[in-house]
Amino acid sequence: MNLKSTTSSISDFFYARPKLKYYLPQALTIFFIVFIFGYFSYNAQVNMDNRGIDFGLRFLGEESSFDIQFTPFVEYDGTKSYATAYLVGLINTIIVASIGIFFATILGVVIGISRLSPNYLIAKMSEIYIEIFRNVPLLLQLFFWYFAVLRALPLPKDAINFFNLDVSFLSIKGLYVPRFIWTNGSLFLTSIIASIIVIFFLFKFFKKEQEQTGKQYPKFFISLAIIIVLPLLTFLIGGVSLDFEYPELKQLSATIFNFQGGISIIPELMALALALSLYTATFIAENVRAGIEGITRGQKEAAASIGLTPGQTLKLVVMPQALRIIIPPTTNQYLNLTKNSSLAAAIAYPDLVLVFAGTALMQTGRAIEIISITMLSYLSLSITISIFMNWYNKKIAIKEK
Amino acid sequence: MLKYLKQLTSLVAVIAVLFAFTTESMAAKKSKTLKNTIKKGFVRCGVSQGLPGFSNADASGNWTGVDVDVCRAVAAAVLGDASKVKFTPLSAKERFTALIAGEIDILSRNTTWTLSRDADIGLTFVGVNFYDGQGFMVRKSSGITSTSDFKSGLSACVNIGTTTELNMRDFFTANGITYEPVVFEKADEVVAAYDSGRCDTYTTDKSGLAAQRTKLSNPDDHIVLPETISKEPLGPVVRQGDAVWEDIVRWSLNVMIEAEEYGITSANADAMKTSENPQIKRLVGAEGELGAALGLDNDWSLRIIKQVGNYGESYKRNIADTGILPTRGPNELWTKGGLLYVPPAR
Amino acid sequence: MIENLNFLGKPSKDKLNLFVSMGIFLFLLGIIDLILNSFFETNITSILPRWLNYFTPLLFSFIGLHYIRIELSGIKILDQLNKNINSNWFNAILSLLVIFVLIKTIPGLLNWLFFDANFIGNTKEECTGDGACWLFIRFWITRFMYGLYPDAEIWRINVAFLMLIGTVITAFFVGPKIKKYIIIFLLFIFPFIAINLISGGNFGLVWVETGAWGGLSLTFIVSIFAMLFCFPIGMFLALGRRSSYPVVKYASIGFIEFWRGVPLITVLFMASVMFPMFLPDEVFMDKLVRVIIAITLFEAAYMAEVIRGGLQALPKGQYDASKSLGMGYWRMHLLIILPQALKITIPGLANTFIALFKDTPLILVVGLLELIGMIDMAKANPYWLGFAIEGYVFAGAVYWVFCFSMSRYSLSLEKKYKTDR
Repeated sequence: MNLKSTTSSISDFFYARPKLKYYLPQALTIFFIVFIFGYFSYNAQVNMDNRGIDFGLRFLGEESSFDIQFTPFVEYDGTKSYATAYLVGLINTIIVASIGIFFATILGVVIGISRLSPNYLIAKMSEIYIEIFRNVPLLLQLFFWYFAVLRALPLPKDAINFFNLDVSFLSIKGLYVPRFIWTNGSLFLTSIIASIIVIFFLFKFFKKEQEQTGKQYPKFFISLAIIIVLPLLTFLIGGVSLDFEYPELKQLSATIFNFQGGISIIPELMALALALSLYTATFIAENVRAGIEGITRGQKEAAASIGLTPGQTLKLVVMPQALRIIIPPTTNQYLNLTKNSSLAAAIAYPDLVLVFAGTALMQTGRAIEIISITMLSYLSLSITISIFMNWYNKKIAIKEK
Repeated sequence: MLKYLKQLTSLVAVIAVLFAFTTESMAAKKSKTLKNTIKKGFVRCGVSQGLPGFSNADASGNWTGVDVDVCRAVAAAVLGDASKVKFTPLSAKERFTALIAGEIDILSRNTTWTLSRDADIGLTFVGVNFYDGQGFMVRKSSGITSTSDFKSGLSACVNIGTTTELNMRDFFTANGITYEPVVFEKADEVVAAYDSGRCDTYTTDKSGLAAQRTKLSNPDDHIVLPETISKEPLGPVVRQGDAVWEDIVRWSLNVMIEAEEYGITSANADAMKTSENPQIKRLVGAEGELGAALGLDNDWSLRIIKQVGNYGESYKRNIADTGILPTRGPNELWTKGGLLYVPPAR
Repeated sequence: MIENLNFLGKPSKDKLNLFVSMGIFLFLLGIIDLILNSFFETNITSILPRWLNYFTPLLFSFIGLHYIRIELSGIKILDQLNKNINSNWFNAILSLLVIFVLIKTIPGLLNWLFFDANFIGNTKEECTGDGACWLFIRFWITRFMYGLYPDAEIWRINVAFLMLIGTVITAFFVGPKIKKYIIIFLLFIFPFIAINLISGGNFGLVWVETGAWGGLSLTFIVSIFAMLFCFPIGMFLALGRRSSYPVVKYASIGFIEFWRGVPLITVLFMASVMFPMFLPDEVFMDKLVRVIIAITLFEAAYMAEVIRGGLQALPKGQYDASKSLGMGYWRMHLLIILPQALKITIPGLANTFIALFKDTPLILVVGLLELIGMIDMAKANPYWLGFAIEGYVFAGAVYWVFCFSMSRYSLSLEKKYKTDR
């Protein structure tokens, strides 16, 4: 029996039994998956029994007894539970990811547009930037910023004082900015929200008016006026006031100085945000460039032929179409940035991986539970962004026959 | 199709049962570790990534240190040659998981013996080879001479996942000082951060402070503060569940200490075979059947003393003579006022 | 305000020489002022108040450029320049800023990199200059390349890599028939040879345990092995995802989305910390093997997406035509679909490999010392403290060279295959 007749007899066998052909591979797949999982769980159980470890999530309620360096928004110290530590780590991850996404987008768009500039110098500089920062691994860039650059900053005693204003300082221990202290801050916030809502409805009204009567209102100035005047009123009448708490140099000993007061941004956060932004900006720049270049010239020429200025062309014709091409890969880059923020484990930034899969793992030894929880957290973040991306893709997709 | 399903289920059941049996039987064997070590021909020892005096590799890759000597003692006892050790440098983070996973068989990495580590993560501490305490290191120029000079706002560099991290917190909270912990994974990174000025103080076991000070750019600019804020009994660790291996490692260490108690050194060990003292004779294997109880031949203790030396020799060679800690402190025999009191090998 | 500069009249063609000469003069004046300010500490405009001094170079050059901005002057070079750099005042300022930044930074950078740097010597004391101490790199270069591999056995790594490079190069220059044999050799026989060479233990070679492998060679070993194995797995996953069997489809989707949704660091932790618990006590898998398996599975998910893109790009007609010829699923895919799809995805494959190569430094987090790990170890050596920047610049340069060449190559591949269809 040679191979050909064997394979043909097998396919004949299955051809005559379509139901079997449909169910057998699936049953085999299920069997295979169950087998693998069963094998792993069984071994894990046996191993843990041998070592006297038990499996469970009870440890989450135990006292963590370690402190975390950077805990905005959450009251945390060593007496709180591991679950609180997890929360702090998660929030820190979200913080650095948000900062990274914000700056990466701005920088990426600027560089992407510069890459297309007719000015040879600007275009070349953008290209060099993209080529350099894209081809060096992110970990190396992170190490460079943290160990080489931010370590070279001066000690607090000789901190860099921006414009000699004594308002904000930069030293090896971090960036210090004044803290905003609001009285009746919620009133201020509601005034801003109220002005935004007013502007939104006003825009709708303007648009309707323009469509019906062709009359154009100075939208920009009116909205600017509203958003300035309303909050200002709260200051003058509403009793809202703003104080600043300035960072002050305090002497802890003969040579140890530190800044007290104000908000401190630790150098680990700065290095991570910097490296993530610079690295991801290159990919976003390439996406922006591909998006704008993907708009056929015919569009730009047609827009010019009906009398639109280059600025209007960009705003009304090119960008809306380009966005369709730009946004999906850019959302992918945001996802990558969030995942890359886990590199914080390599420098001392207390994000989810360092706090939970690092310190907590070391202290409790519960590898399986902790790593599973960490992976599930990142998975949830990714899936959320993916769902949004798919929804957006479907919404703006050009319906093809 | 139902027929096939039934056959499949029975197949699954048979395979599952087979696996259950084989793994069960494999797990029930005694001292796999000893068998594997003899089979491999070397002891797998987990050490630090470079701590002078405890476990440090020189440029040609030779490891020396008191922790290294513990592993060498086990190698001498089990394999007959103290050089048959494979050293795996581990960070504080991966040390326990490497041991649990079976990557190493002994963790000799100045690890502090605590309840949670002993009971909760499937490991067993088999002794203390260095009694220590946690301390702080600061720059001389800072003018701080004692921990009572610490003020709120301090930043402290520490290694991740160590008892140091927890003790530091206890200490600062007890004294009402707010501080900023800066945690790194590798000891080298911690030292570098402290050296650059990122943190104002560096804290770990005092022996570690003394050892790492040699790695700073200007060792003389730094001092170790006199206060000791915790107990840090450092010792070797093995996996739970292998009682024979535990005993081997435990008694290898004990023999080294007891040898010093009885004045047996690597130089005079052979001569001691003709000693009057029965305990000395037991320690050099001239009397008794101590080796058989551990599954080893009777010369196991003699080999340890001859090839590695007794505890005092190891300490002197690695810690005292290199200038790290010239005096023994609590690491002295109980007969001389220290804490080294081990059960007798008999 | 800009119109006020026109006190000589608008720059126009008739007074060409006047404007051009004045423009060039002012422009150069601005540049010279900047150079004097930055490097020679002199200031030709010291009579002006201090805050104005910062701006004098900018001012001079800007006015100069303004005068040069003559439309259709007739001089070809001038027109090119104007259209390009000088089209309006905003562009002029941007160009000037770029030129000034370059002037200020490049000499310092070159100085540090080359002119003040030390290249010759063997000990730390010979690093006397202000520039980079490349001695540090030279001293440690063997460790950076080969990790902690024993010196006497380094020839084995060299032989393995030379064999690989040699085979790949010959594969370019021979006919398709021999190429097939070479590919089979590379995929199936070469891994065996390489593992035996580098790991040793058989055929009289000294056994070197994987903990000693390191440096750039480890980076390549991990990347190449992961790439080799993630390709077939990715292909099966892509096919599975497009399968009509719901179980297979959803299992593939679950698998792919799982690996794509988690960061590589957690995957590495899982491999080094969690995975050993899933194996029975007797079985011990080397850490490097576990890490390579983890990276392979991780990249296979991305590879699956790339291949799926290729499969989707094929027109449905191909599927219909093969089915109408009576081909079954496997025959259709093996003979018709996959060859075409893979050709489309070759640039994507190259990109995945580049991404994989850039991801390998992460293995230093689990204790495998590749290039950056070795540099960290070298710079912590008490004798050689303080050379972090040189180390990282060197590593950055090495990675940059490889990644840049690979991305250029993949771009050329893209162009080549675009015209093929």
